[in-house]
Amino acid sequence: MCLGIPGKVIEIYDVDGTLMSKVDFNGVVQEVCLATTPEAEIGQFVLVHAGFSLNVLSDQEATETLKILKELEAFNKEYFGEDASLS
Amino acid sequence: MSEQYPSLEGPQCPMPLSHDEQIVIGHGSGGVKTHELIKNVFQKHLGNAILNLGNDAALLQFGPEIPDGKNLVVSTDAHIVSPLFFNGGDIGRLSICGTVNDVSMLGAIPKFLTATFILEEGFSINSLEKILLSMKTAADEADVKIVAADTKVTEKGKSDGLFISTSGIGWVDSDLTINGASAKVGDAVLLSGPIGNHGIAVAEARGNLGFQSQIRSDVAPLNGMIAELIKAVPETHVLRDPTRGGLATTLVEIAKQSQVTIKIVEELIPIDQDVRSACDLLGLDPLYMANEGKLIAIVPAEDAPDALKALHAHKYGREAVQIGVVVEESSGQLLFKTPLGTTRRLDMLAGEMLPRIC
Amino acid sequence: MSKTSINPESIRHTKTIIQEIRRITTKPWNIMEICGGQTHAIMEYGLDQLLPEEITLIHGPGCPVCVTSLEIIEQALQIASLSNVIFTSFGDMLRVPGNKQDLFSIRAQGGDVRVVYSPMDSVKIAQQNQDKQVVFFGVGFETTVPSIAASILHAEKNGVRNFSVLPANVLVPPAMHAILQSPGNRVNAFLAAGHVCAIMGYQEYEPIAARYQTPIVVSGFDPFDLALGILMCVRQLESGHAKVENGYPRYVTRKGNKAAQAMIEKVFEVVDRQWRGIGLIPSSGLGMRPEYKGFDATERFDIEFHELSESPLCIAGSVLRGVAKPIDCPAFGKVCTPSHPLGAPMVSGEGACAAYYRYHKVN
Repeated sequence: MCLGIPGKVIEIYDVDGTLMSKVDFNGVVQEVCLATTPEAEIGQFVLVHAGFSLNVLSDQEATETLKILKELEAFNKEYFGEDASLS
Repeated sequence: MSEQYPSLEGPQCPMPLSHDEQIVIGHGSGGVKTHELIKNVFQKHLGNAILNLGNDAALLQFGPEIPDGKNLVVSTDAHIVSPLFFNGGDIGRLSICGTVNDVSMLGAIPKFLTATFILEEGFSINSLEKILLSMKTAADEADVKIVAADTKVTEKGKSDGLFISTSGIGWVDSDLTINGASAKVGDAVLLSGPIGNHGIAVAEARGNLGFQSQIRSDVAPLNGMIAELIKAVPETHVLRDPTRGGLATTLVEIAKQSQVTIKIVEELIPIDQDVRSACDLLGLDPLYMANEGKLIAIVPAEDAPDALKALHAHKYGREAVQIGVVVEESSGQLLFKTPLGTTRRLDMLAGEMLPRIC
Repeated sequence: MSKTSINPESIRHTKTIIQEIRRITTKPWNIMEICGGQTHAIMEYGLDQLLPEEITLIHGPGCPVCVTSLEIIEQALQIASLSNVIFTSFGDMLRVPGNKQDLFSIRAQGGDVRVVYSPMDSVKIAQQNQDKQVVFFGVGFETTVPSIAASILHAEKNGVRNFSVLPANVLVPPAMHAILQSPGNRVNAFLAAGHVCAIMGYQEYEPIAARYQTPIVVSGFDPFDLALGILMCVRQLESGHAKVENGYPRYVTRKGNKAAQAMIEKVFEVVDRQWRGIGLIPSSGLGMRPEYKGFDATERFDIEFHELSESPLCIAGSVLRGVAKPIDCPAFGKVCTPSHPLGAPMVSGEGACAAYYRYHKVN
């Protein structure tokens, strides 16, 4: 159950007691319920699915996955040369 | 003593209301109301010398109206789009452009259109006038005339506001063989611009998507651009507009008609960023979304640069690009190269495209 | 202006990862993804074509549309046929066949069946149609549950009494147990569904990895995320490890989204559930807590619960468990196609059969 798209929170407000927001996806603005991520702030990216925010984008990715990549790239360069691409 | 007498101006007996604002069943009866509707609303916007003669049919003569020595091309289309008005267009513009484009896709010059209007009782005449005006604007841009028309009125609830059906007549040089079966191995496959805009604009206009965007339908008459293209590249093999079913379905149709394998490359297909986001949000695939102002042109490889130049010079083809090639003869299939370099097959749209949540 | 769906840098990274997978794979491994969205992405990008031959990707029961039981579908059809009901659902449920009909046929017969993109839309429809009963078809894995719970809480807060939900949610961990315990099991490692884990975290997978000695890697949905997840699985398999790792740290943490989990806890409780094509999996579904039974469509409407049977030709069960591929099915592509589906995996956009039919390799 997966079709989640990241978008940027541009406005936060209340509708009948429930936390709502406007989220911008490259020019398409959707009303998204933030009740599931009440800590989200304007300017942050949230993962949106079926009109609700699943989670707030974390910076963790920058450190963990890029670390793996850097190791791999260094390794490939050493063993396969600069332009080691797949056919 | 002066007495105030009534001014005796205006009607003094209860005349029937003129029903200027809404369509009533009487408008479809063929009597006075019908004639008033035709004269004051339809002819006001769509009128021309032939239509205004008021005959049951239009006489088109070889010589004055149709040049000698050409083949005739005829096309017909029905329009039931809902809602009637959307960002970038409406059912009126769609009905003119749809038929103009269909005729042009055989390389023909469209000239004469017919139009049938099925109106629902209660439909706003103000809306009807807006739509007719839109049709006139599109017809003028395409340089076509509506020479025969008809209108009927259904009871409330028996139709959906307004349905329009249009037919178009044009002519084409007898030595041109532009059709779906003419693609040849080695040909370049060109697309005139970004896809998916019309499908999203209409979906958004329905108002239940919970999002707003600036996405506009691309609905446009392409006959002008096609004339320029054929002038530059008379050897054009195939022209088709990717309407219902989208780019993928249309290319599969052509592949089967021509009995070839067509291969297109994902990175080359233009899609506007906001259209892509809208499709992602809705779980829809832009390759299968309808377009009403785009064309696919399949031309000999050596003519591709000239073809693109002709398209770029026209306002509806500024973003034209080559998206693939005709690879080999086969029973007809469409291949798609992904950004990872892998290849997969694309099929026609099966049934209705349902938004997915996974 | 127009750009492609993945940026060139990401493509480069993906190829680097795949190169590494090829380098380190020495034995045959079967890796299962339990998420329809991941199946879809793998097929859409042809990722399986780039992996070394030793690696086989098995597509698990990750499509909630496919696994919703025939009984619940029949309940949905009955409710949708009622004249005072507006039946709302995610789009991909509309074509799933019940015994004889689907929601499309109910609509064609005059039923008010509407596609919505969010359960909140259904609550709005209920507020705008006070004289009707509005029902939302609560299908999905854990990912949609907080949205459904939040919508129920919103309806409760605002006194929207004519709204109810037909509960059909299913849970991933029990499915993994069922697969790993089944006699024909060939799965060596799992890619866990990234967005399910964004909500639930991944600590509930740790006992599974330990008990069955099976590596589980939380993965995302674009080619890079999937390739990375596969690499992490293969590294564990080749070195004999079996733990839970997080390959999608930008949205997933070990404990997950606490606010969302609290909402689920408030409204729902774990129940046994039938999985179409598989059978009963204990404690694998969610039903409403007693305090929220007022929003339960099965309580509100008087409907019957029948025993039903599937087409004998459809081998959906084996496909969903990963013991058969769609192409092993005698009906695949002949009697059973997307326009005339016999079983659920051919109907849904992410069902394995539909994915195979649309995206199958070119050679």
